[in-house]
Amino acid sequence: MYAQMIKSEATQDDPEKLAAFQARIDAGEKIEPKDWMPEGYRKTLIRQIGQHAHSEIVGQLPEGNWITRAPTLERKAILLAKVQDEAGHGLYLYCAAETLGVTRDELTEMLLDGRMKYSSIFNYPTLNWADMGAVGWLVDGAAIMNQVPLQRTSFGPYSRAMIRICKEESFHQRQGYDVIRKMAEGTPEQKKMAQDALNRLWYPSLMMFGPSDKDSVHSAQSMAWKIKMNTNDELRQKFVDQTVPQAEYLGLTVPDPDLKWNEERGHYDYTDPDWSEFFDVIQGNGPCNTDRLAARNKAWDDGKWVRDGMLAHARKKAARKHAAE
Amino acid sequence: MKNEWPLWEIFIRGQHGMSHRHVGSLHAPDAEMAIKNARDVYTRRNEGVSIWVVEANNISASSPSDKGPLYEPSESKVYRHPTFFDIPEEVGAM
Repeated sequence: MYAQMIKSEATQDDPEKLAAFQARIDAGEKIEPKDWMPEGYRKTLIRQIGQHAHSEIVGQLPEGNWITRAPTLERKAILLAKVQDEAGHGLYLYCAAETLGVTRDELTEMLLDGRMKYSSIFNYPTLNWADMGAVGWLVDGAAIMNQVPLQRTSFGPYSRAMIRICKEESFHQRQGYDVIRKMAEGTPEQKKMAQDALNRLWYPSLMMFGPSDKDSVHSAQSMAWKIKMNTNDELRQKFVDQTVPQAEYLGLTVPDPDLKWNEERGHYDYTDPDWSEFFDVIQGNGPCNTDRLAARNKAWDDGKWVRDGMLAHARKKAARKHAAE
Repeated sequence: MKNEWPLWEIFIRGQHGMSHRHVGSLHAPDAEMAIKNARDVYTRRNEGVSIWVVEANNISASSPSDKGPLYEPSESKVYRHPTFFDIPEEVGAM
């Protein structure tokens, strides 16, 4: 997902307080920033919300890559609006993380020096315009699977950020499907490009949900705290079940020869992604890890004089106003 | 941290006639930029007709531990609600 492999932090708090806290969560109450919370809850959420925010910000890069080369002015305006939304989503989430006692600069620095991660999916390149369709359709589609249940998460600011995000996210997926549908219904060359984009992005999209439940030992505590609402495999299955008919409508083939409807389970059987590739990408060895981090570092460094200059100007204005009073 | 822009809390009036409501927060060097940023971050889909920004430092908030003393006294004052009083049906709407 946008937050992958978030290990629940151990907690060493007063057992009585912990029990009362768990009772509030079980009763469906929201935890607000000034409420007492276990240190493990706070730390896990900072990492999870931070990673989610970083994913929104880094996620602007693969699509930003195509803004200047969109095929029509209308597609360009739509893509610009979508990428601007991703920036907004990052900002909602950073603010939610900051209510837990971490500063924006600390979060940014942890992304830039690699101490915090972002979703593995954004380490794959967007090679041509068909990828803009596949990213919106598959990547945003996978993100929605996770974000919709997270609207009910126990931490108030995170839940409210998710509600805002979900309102906007459906536009993202639909515009992606619209792009790829145009290509799938276009010339044979265009249809081939659409198929190629699906071939390349299918498994990386499945990886977004994180490792298989049998290898993922971090879930129990996070699920009890309601900061993780479903297991990785549950969400992955839901995504496959939803996406396969959408691909069929387009006349495209999901690149999994063993994919088939299982009448008994009421779900599609599918092949898991190559997890060694997933762990490799997480470790920093994906096709674009270096580029993505370099782009974020450059933006931060090049923007420094603007940030400093605006703050100096604001301080000067405030001092003048103070002197005049 | 060192040179971080201050945090602002953002309040938006969604429609004419409604109150401003808290929608979230953002960083900006001053109030003027906070309004400009709020416009980009919180009103991309016609969500507002007016924006207030307040530097987060200037907000005082009640504490969760004051919940009892602050709100419990009103629980026993049921007569503050109109449904406390029985009005004979013959009297009509009141």
